[in-house]
Amino acid sequence: MPSHEIFEKNSIVLAIAIVLVVSIAGLVEIIPLYFIKSTIEKVDGMRPYTPLELAGRDVYVREGCYLCHSQMIRPFRDEVERYGHYSLAAESMYDHPFQWGSKRTGPDLARVGNKYSDKWHRDHMNDPRSIVPASVMPGYSFLGKTDIDPKRYKAHLKALNWTAQPSGVSENDTGAMYTQAMIDNAAADLAAQAGDPDSDDSEGLQKRYGGKINVRDFDGDPNRITELDALIAYMQMLGTLVDFKTYNAKANLR
Amino acid sequence: MNRGGITTSGGIFTALVLITGILLTGYAGMNALDVAFGFHMYLMAAAAILGLIALLMGRPYTGDAGKYNYGVVKAFVIASIFWGVTGFIVGDYIAWELAFPFLNWDLPWTNVGRLRPLHTSAVIFAFGGNILLGSSFYVVQRTCHIRLVGNVAPWFVFWGYNLFIVLAGTGYLLGVTQSHEYAEPEWYVDIWLTIVWVVYLLIFMGTLMKRRVSHIYVANWFYLAFIITIAVLHLIHNLAIPVSFLGSKSYSFQAGVQDAMTQWWYGHNAVGFFLTAAFLAMMYYFVPKRAERPVYSYRLSIIHFWSLIFLYMWAGPHHLHYTALPDWTQSLGMTFSIILWMPSWGGMINGLMTLSGAWDKLRTDPVLRMLVVSIAFYGMSTFEGPMMAIKAVNALSHYTDWTVGHVHSGAMGWVGMVSFGVIYCLVPWLWGKERLYSMALVSWHFWLSTVGILLYITSMWVSGILQGLMWRAYDNLGFLEYSFVETVEAMHPFYVIRAMGGLFFVLGSLIMVYNVVMTIRVAPREETHSSAVLAPAE
Repeated sequence: MPSHEIFEKNSIVLAIAIVLVVSIAGLVEIIPLYFIKSTIEKVDGMRPYTPLELAGRDVYVREGCYLCHSQMIRPFRDEVERYGHYSLAAESMYDHPFQWGSKRTGPDLARVGNKYSDKWHRDHMNDPRSIVPASVMPGYSFLGKTDIDPKRYKAHLKALNWTAQPSGVSENDTGAMYTQAMIDNAAADLAAQAGDPDSDDSEGLQKRYGGKINVRDFDGDPNRITELDALIAYMQMLGTLVDFKTYNAKANLR
Repeated sequence: MNRGGITTSGGIFTALVLITGILLTGYAGMNALDVAFGFHMYLMAAAAILGLIALLMGRPYTGDAGKYNYGVVKAFVIASIFWGVTGFIVGDYIAWELAFPFLNWDLPWTNVGRLRPLHTSAVIFAFGGNILLGSSFYVVQRTCHIRLVGNVAPWFVFWGYNLFIVLAGTGYLLGVTQSHEYAEPEWYVDIWLTIVWVVYLLIFMGTLMKRRVSHIYVANWFYLAFIITIAVLHLIHNLAIPVSFLGSKSYSFQAGVQDAMTQWWYGHNAVGFFLTAAFLAMMYYFVPKRAERPVYSYRLSIIHFWSLIFLYMWAGPHHLHYTALPDWTQSLGMTFSIILWMPSWGGMINGLMTLSGAWDKLRTDPVLRMLVVSIAFYGMSTFEGPMMAIKAVNALSHYTDWTVGHVHSGAMGWVGMVSFGVIYCLVPWLWGKERLYSMALVSWHFWLSTVGILLYITSMWVSGILQGLMWRAYDNLGFLEYSFVETVEAMHPFYVIRAMGGLFFVLGSLIMVYNVVMTIRVAPREETHSSAVLAPAE
């Protein structure tokens, strides 16, 4: 047998060899995902999250919703019939971090947007078993009692502009996720989308993020902007952005 | 040996680092943007102050002055047992929550979403991590015939690592998470772990380099691969942009499909290197030692070491079959996952065959029985894993409890059992006792754990496959046969059985606590080999 002695008698050589051997797979499997153009499909309609949706997404992450709910519909007949069009990579290109999940103790949520009313979501969050008697989901009644400070979200948008962006698919010329106008108006946009009567600049919000934004009071209490407003705003847009009438599945085969 | 106290360069350096740490965390705590971050900064400041006091009192220098540094190994063993029981109890509580959801109490701190990472981190990183770090410090000293390098550094690693666990665990309860599975702690906790881990690597490498024997023993290859690879995975996977340096929230640097691939490249190798390579290192030292037989095949250990660490790194994409990850990556992941079966069984064979000529000891030594059964579970899980990585199988098993069952056959059967075996070996050796307080209690622990694990994994097989089939069932008119919630309802009996299995496992671990405490505090109990539990077959 060729000598293995060099590794067994020299700890530095052993350490370097280990680094080399374990590095190869990551280099082959991860790096190309940034350079192979077909990795992220060409679609119409994707946009970054509005400040309110982002706040809702932060709640979703914080409560560990991804541990029981996937956001990734696989291309199977039963899944497409149950949940809708199979998920595309493009649909999570602004997801820092991704929320595909790995377990469905509850149903997939990739296309839950606009499926149920806000009231359904409110009641379901407050007491899941009042809507679905056999549900095993915890109640999240505290979300509707926790206020959100819109002023804090400017910093969140700024931080996201420092993250890696999908190449060539950015919405705006700067290549960053959010424009300066989006960052400057983050607090106003958040309040406007939640239907805050004091700041009804929803026109500016629609201009900056597109016309399909849901603007209303989500949590049933127009005087407060709560985490429940944010979470429902996030859930009501999930999976609704991509225009599948213009999506060319054949051209995007990978 | 230089054990001059605080005036050594190491002591002075540590003191300066601690003072800087107190100032930094104190400032951050006073200006924190959210409660959890402020709490964590004050916690770190308090830890640094306690560390400084201990250092000034010369505590790291007054401990074990023998040939080997056993003091820090003892601390790791105790921490491992403590966190293990905690993690098992939290896990079983979640299992009951899934069977009876009112147990969530609709509070932020008790819902399953926040407790689940507490459970996984407590069992993997706290229970598993402490026994890995502790056993690696024990094995590297014994197999290099030299004392662990440094006096302050090993204790820094012990307290630093356990501080990381406290920060991570309390963070989850307060809602601080970056949501990457098995790497939930936020950016500042990740930075802290990086510092601790680098010191750990330096101690381990330093001890290897000063060794008094010419060859590096096989267990140390595995430990070294574990330490290095976890460092690589941790650094790349946790790249994130903090919203503020005075708050806990961050956003992952990568997004969507790339983030998913990196997460499971990390996640699968947290399994591969934390829960496999490092525990194989334990196997390579403790099984031959306990069986008093040499490792079965030296060649096999070389082949399976290099192929295992090379192949494991490719297997991540099997967590993303049929997702929006490109097909080429999925196929690559599946292919390597299947090949991975071979080096995994290479390790199993090498471990089991080490008992050649000593199989009779299984009848008389319940500790060895635990070690051997752990290897059997390792073999079973590493067959099941490649099978589930086949896309056609994965289409059924993914998103279901089958995955949960698979993970637990590895985690409870392999990692748990081998750790219990090692703890039962180490406690008498470290505390200078002739043997354990009670072998009969080890036997009880063994059977309770085994029954618990079997209840757990069989119920999850049935519920997983059942749910997977229900999701895809069509009635004869071509409609989906079951609504989602009907498939949830069908899970209930299996969730109860699973929670019962977990309870058996918890009970077993409590028996271990009693046995360990009694071993340390009192002399061994009088036992004869004809005791009922150990009676040989007539």
